[in-house]
Amino acid sequence: MEAVVGLEFIEGNEAIARAAVKAGCRFFAGYPITPASTILSNMLELLPPLGGIAMQAEDEIAAIGFCIGASMAGSKAMTATSGPGISLYSENIGLAIIGETPLVIVDVQRQGPATGSATKGADGDIQFARWVTSGGLPTIALCPATVAEAYELTYRAFNLAETYRTPVFVLSNKEVSMTCEVVDLDAIELPPPAARPRPLQGAEYSPHQFRRIEEVPPLVDIGDGHATRYTTSTHNKAGYLTADPAVIEEMIEHYAAKIESAASDIALYRQDLQEGAETVVVSYGVTSRAAGLAVHRARDKGHRVSSLVLQTLYPVPERVLRRAMQGVRRVVVPEMNLGQYRYEVERLAPAGVMVSGVNRMDTTLLAPAEIELRGQL
Amino acid sequence: MNAAAVQSYMRSGQTLPFCPGCGHERLLRDLDKALVRLQLDPKTVVIVTDIGCIGLSDQYFATNGFHGLHGRSLTYATGIKLARPELTVVVLMGDGGCGIGGAHLLNAARRNLDLTLIVANNFNYGMTGGQHSVTTPLGGHTATTPGGNTEGPIDLCAVAEAAGASWVYRGTTYDSDLAERIAQGMRHAGFALLDVWELCTAYYTPRNDMNKREFMDLLSSSGMPSGLLVEKQRPEFAASYGERSKAVAPPQRMVIERAFASSLDRQIGIVIAGSAGQKVKSAATMLARAGVLSGLDATQKDDYPITVMTGHSLSEVNLSRKRIEYTAIDDPDYFAVISEEGLKKSRQWISRLSASCNLYVDHSFQIPDTRARVRRLGLSQLSKEAGKLSLSVAMVAAMVADGKFIDPQALEKSITSFQSPKVAEANLKAVRSGLGAIQERSPE
Repeated sequence: MEAVVGLEFIEGNEAIARAAVKAGCRFFAGYPITPASTILSNMLELLPPLGGIAMQAEDEIAAIGFCIGASMAGSKAMTATSGPGISLYSENIGLAIIGETPLVIVDVQRQGPATGSATKGADGDIQFARWVTSGGLPTIALCPATVAEAYELTYRAFNLAETYRTPVFVLSNKEVSMTCEVVDLDAIELPPPAARPRPLQGAEYSPHQFRRIEEVPPLVDIGDGHATRYTTSTHNKAGYLTADPAVIEEMIEHYAAKIESAASDIALYRQDLQEGAETVVVSYGVTSRAAGLAVHRARDKGHRVSSLVLQTLYPVPERVLRRAMQGVRRVVVPEMNLGQYRYEVERLAPAGVMVSGVNRMDTTLLAPAEIELRGQL
Repeated sequence: MNAAAVQSYMRSGQTLPFCPGCGHERLLRDLDKALVRLQLDPKTVVIVTDIGCIGLSDQYFATNGFHGLHGRSLTYATGIKLARPELTVVVLMGDGGCGIGGAHLLNAARRNLDLTLIVANNFNYGMTGGQHSVTTPLGGHTATTPGGNTEGPIDLCAVAEAAGASWVYRGTTYDSDLAERIAQGMRHAGFALLDVWELCTAYYTPRNDMNKREFMDLLSSSGMPSGLLVEKQRPEFAASYGERSKAVAPPQRMVIERAFASSLDRQIGIVIAGSAGQKVKSAATMLARAGVLSGLDATQKDDYPITVMTGHSLSEVNLSRKRIEYTAIDDPDYFAVISEEGLKKSRQWISRLSASCNLYVDHSFQIPDTRARVRRLGLSQLSKEAGKLSLSVAMVAAMVADGKFIDPQALEKSITSFQSPKVAEANLKAVRSGLGAIQERSPE
């Protein structure tokens, strides 16, 4: 594709689709759902001319199933949906985790639960993304605040998915995905595209082989020279069913350790810490933009306030959060939900530090003045 | 393949885990024979299995094995085959999988991707205690049909045929030519279904006091035909997809080059409230792009109900010399209402507008009390001049003429650069109508 140099006025979903292509995505499957449908329509335009495949599946379960199959056969794969679809993805996300399948899952959040308000935004799936499947294994989740960030983080999501052989969420919101902004996508600095780890030439191959517990096993794609195995059942490193508690324990520890041990490498954030700040505002996603304005308004009034904006929500950037909360008296967490990420902040807050939320789940954005007022900045 | 012919595709030294007399063992031996007939490189064969006893099968083969969620095996097979059409993909599913994954069965048949689905059909759930399935015969005894099954069985072959399957076979594990039939199904370039009836010696056969002869009678008395039932040529999906892809042109980018100056020194918010079908969103995009052409940052946020050609349509456009952080507009500077539906959606908002806001409404609209500066227009006259589909554009032009926040030429450039010639022609006319629409400068 020709490089485009210049400004464009596009919505977040188009940026997500183009980032995927830029990252090397050649397989997409989705099922129509507002506010994620335009990712499907963009991929239907983008992939075929590149020899890639974009499919409208018969339902969400098929959409993620196609992607898991395609990824294990060597395609960088992505699917996109909203809350109702994530609900249906749940079991397959567990499969992707224990199958160690690279996969990008975009959740364009809308007001829920259930069908909710299809055309309205929310950040209601924040803890859902963390505990999305039975078994409670960790996931990676990135959360963009702008159209440009939707591009950057989707691209990075592919790199993380390939590097760690795991499903990675892009937690967008109708307010990012269907809002248009001015971007210059080619001016966004990106790392080189990452490839899945490969075994050494001639080495014996096992689909889940690791020495250190946190090591990401090399992957041979189906059809690439080894008769390989993949299974939804509890398995050993070779991909065969096992009932040996010692082996099971090692495998479970491995799935968790490979993500948790990489938390510092996966942590993406922007911070604007102020010397002697009494309050720190911790925010993410579209709300972080209003939070940033609220912090500036408070500072203009002479208040000392810090700001931490998380782009990586999971694994929780614990060190970053702890550092930002050092020395403050209060932490304010504004969210377009009833206070989901606040739980992560609360468990990390130093003793005696008060953590409070500014919450809104009525489909409207939190306004800077509201965060300033209700957050008592 | 070079070297010697493959004698078996099963891993050596393995004992199959099935109950004595279970049909699965016979089926797998025939699958192995079929693979031997085809002499495929085992590394190019993928056996995808579903859940249930048959789901244990893949690990006994020296091919690629993929064991997925209950009912979803066809979805993984689809992804694998689409990503690597050169692979041979065989799906092993039970009758249980055909129930929970019924949608995938219908769609695989409809899609006609080159997959071979073998249903190990033993009329009940053998792994979980012998509960009834979608193929349990009428009157059949299972763990969950006290007094006999009263839900009729699905004729899998008839269903698949109705959905468009291009190769369909029904038989039993006692068919002497089953291996050849499996090989035929695998050779068929398209979706092939083999509905293979089997004994479940743990549950279904003993519960229904069934021996081999009675099992064979079940087939003949079922009214369901057996043998090769469908064999037709239909375009195979992956091949058609590749052909169709050649016709898809990559999308055109709309790159905006700054060409105009704007004197705007603050962030302004412009709201257009109308109805679906009035092209509110595209007029808002036209305005936002004109702002970008004028060196400004712009955002556009839209609101509409779940209906499509009915209901309100409301767009919020911010323009600013500096980067725009907050995309909603709490205190608009320009607010245009171009339909009664738009007015209904905006009533509360209108009553909260501040004195610095210019509110544009039709002469006839009954608006709530507001501090905004109200500008009355004749919307039906403007609609006549501009064209019904371009009223939103005309209204944007009217606001630009009134507020002077960007050069009207930027609007025209936004239209000619990014719209098709036919649409552009109508919208340019609408801009001219809109620019002259507000004659009276004095507020109400």
